[in-house]
Amino acid sequence: MTATVTSRVPLWRNVNVLKWVAQLVVVAIVVAIVIWLYGNYTENASDQNIPTSFDFLDNPAGFQITGNSLSQSAPVRDALVEGILNTLRVSIVAIVAATVLGTLVGIGRLSSNWIVKKLATVYVEAVRNIPLALFLTASLLVVVLGVFPQITDAWDLAGLAIISNRGVAVAWFNGSGVGLLLLVALGALAWYLVMRWRGRVADRTGALPRSGLWGAGAFIVVLGAGWALFGYSYTLPSVVGRGTEGGIRIDPSFFALFLALTIYTASHIAEIVRGSIQAVARGQGEAADAIALSGFQRMWYIILPQAMRIAIPPIGNQYLNLIKNSSLGAAIGYYDLTLVAQTSVGNGSPAVPAFFLTMTVYICISLVVSAFVNLANRRMMLVER
Amino acid sequence: MTAATRWLRHNLFRTKRDAFLTLVFGALAIWLIYKTVRFVFVTGRWTIIEVNLRILMVGRYPEVHDLRLAVTLIVLAAWGGLLAGFLRGRQFRAGRITSEDSKLTAARVLDLFERLWIPLAVIVLLLMLSGTAGPWLMVGLALVAALAGRLIGPVFGRLRLGAAVSAVIMLVFAAVPLGMYFYVVTAVGFDGWGGFMLNLFLSVCSIILCYPLGVLLALGRRSGLPLVRLVCTAYIEIIRGAPLFVLLLLANVALGFFVPDSLAPATSTRAIVVFTFFTAAYMAEIIRGGLQSIPRGQIEAAKAVGLSPIRQTGYIVLPQALRNVIPAQIGQLISLFKDTTLAGIAMSLFELLNVSGAITSQPEFRGQGLIAETLTFAALMFWVVSYTMSRESQRLEKRLGVGSR
Repeated sequence: MTATVTSRVPLWRNVNVLKWVAQLVVVAIVVAIVIWLYGNYTENASDQNIPTSFDFLDNPAGFQITGNSLSQSAPVRDALVEGILNTLRVSIVAIVAATVLGTLVGIGRLSSNWIVKKLATVYVEAVRNIPLALFLTASLLVVVLGVFPQITDAWDLAGLAIISNRGVAVAWFNGSGVGLLLLVALGALAWYLVMRWRGRVADRTGALPRSGLWGAGAFIVVLGAGWALFGYSYTLPSVVGRGTEGGIRIDPSFFALFLALTIYTASHIAEIVRGSIQAVARGQGEAADAIALSGFQRMWYIILPQAMRIAIPPIGNQYLNLIKNSSLGAAIGYYDLTLVAQTSVGNGSPAVPAFFLTMTVYICISLVVSAFVNLANRRMMLVER
Repeated sequence: MTAATRWLRHNLFRTKRDAFLTLVFGALAIWLIYKTVRFVFVTGRWTIIEVNLRILMVGRYPEVHDLRLAVTLIVLAAWGGLLAGFLRGRQFRAGRITSEDSKLTAARVLDLFERLWIPLAVIVLLLMLSGTAGPWLMVGLALVAALAGRLIGPVFGRLRLGAAVSAVIMLVFAAVPLGMYFYVVTAVGFDGWGGFMLNLFLSVCSIILCYPLGVLLALGRRSGLPLVRLVCTAYIEIIRGAPLFVLLLLANVALGFFVPDSLAPATSTRAIVVFTFFTAAYMAEIIRGGLQSIPRGQIEAAKAVGLSPIRQTGYIVLPQALRNVIPAQIGQLISLFKDTTLAGIAMSLFELLNVSGAITSQPEFRGQGLIAETLTFAALMFWVVSYTMSRESQRLEKRLGVGSR
């Protein structure tokens, strides 16, 4: 029946045909724009003798990355890889710090204590409404170079860290970093397994699970055993002449970028955490009070797990923003991916391929992170009926 | 027990842990307040701001053309007042408010003052710093113009005009800001903007320009045509995956490659192009959220009364969808406004953050470590605009009842 109806409709009034024509027109326009742009680009590039290929990756970089042993003759490729690593380094550290700070401030905004509530509110409202770029400039020029003392009277935090305007030196380990990372992963696995085991024991016997304590204990045992077994040791930083020795030296630009990203992102995370906590049904908190849980237990076992379920997608967005915002480190001389690309363009690499490569790397990082966030979200999502 | 001690007991010293928190954070708060007050009134050397106030606000805009800025501000104030009054009149005509609601009572004035005292205080501070009569006159006239517009506007709003007449009025109305733009820009050329004015200009331009593209992308991403959906989704995800800063760098060095020489744009145009295309992707996602919030029944009803697909979207779906996500749109506007500082870093545009860095190396201020003072001033400027916008957006959110339905 339908077949006979469509066959009677003329072609120019047939909705199915029209839909395809419309789509083809849209695609044709997009393709035409891309071809026009690309044509202009190749023409302009060949006029000015600028290569459009990615051969520049093999050329010597011609610049040195602060805090890195890469020589000037190393190819641009290696410098870019180092830049990517630097981007990831600062992003990971700042993500952890911003999550902790943001969660605390978010909880603080709902505190029954007047001073805590006011301070948290002032923090969020002040930081959220000021551009990150301004924080970045301030944290380098005002905090690190202005407030931090000269190396000769550096602040010494119990020997564990030495803070001066030449950067921050903190106690660090000697040995393979990858090995330690594996060890930490192993410890985390032990933590998880012990927690599950304690949960099962609690289910069977009704004893208090204390799975957090047990898990942390397992983590420490695994880490300590590995530390002793593989002969790791640590060094403490100390002031020697006009610099520091021992430990690991954190560059002023890294520290400033870390500080600005953490403070800025934490204010956004705090708002998300506050919203999510408020979104948890009121009866949940009242039920926790009714079975006489302490304030901490109420927050940790009842409210936060449910709030986190709501908060994961927006917090994941904030992580993505943080990674993208770390590109601003280029403005204060932190050799992240962006600054490496920018410097290599200044040294004669062709701009368009170099920046396109940079963009592609950021997009890939974003895709990977959002895949993880989606995974976490699926696992935490409430399974309804 | 007096009320004060009861309040203290309840809010600060309820339990031992509470008392501990109060002592620790109370000490922190006192220290912060002490430091801030000391910086503002004792140690801060604010001469640099007073001397450079003009350059901070309008950059290198020539002094002979100051009249243009003043006229523009006053005309735009009147325009805004007229628009607000007009909308009020329309609401009245539609019966959504009564004449009681628009009476100027003391309560309403107080409410308005409570909402806007922070930006007003900052404006007064700026005027006091300026030290001349011109700016006072300008702001005063602008206030009078806005008030006059607000009072005249409802009259137009209540009139029932023919379609042709109202179309002409709309066109004239839309032409006013455009005319003002040319009036200001012909004095200096396109790259002559600077200072805080540039930040405001970049964000307003980009937010207006990104709308059509954002709406199209949002509709495209939800369309039933697979190829269109693919193109829109790819655009949105690629732009959202890339950092704005890198896009600005790319545009700064490479936009000239992609267009013929005759079209090679000025630096501030490049910034607007990037901000527009970047914000459009985010706006599209916000608008998509709005579209998803429209109940299916609305579209079915529109179909039932025989509207064409374009009219269904234009008359029924879009107006509701856009209204539902007004707060999120304002949030995007705020973040765009803050992001205009990136144009200063990536493209060396002379916007407020760049100016506040640059003036510390003037001969009379060099080497005195005045960056803290200038950055504080810049932070105050950005803060007051963003904070006011976000407060107003929260208020709007409450009034529209978004999230509570």
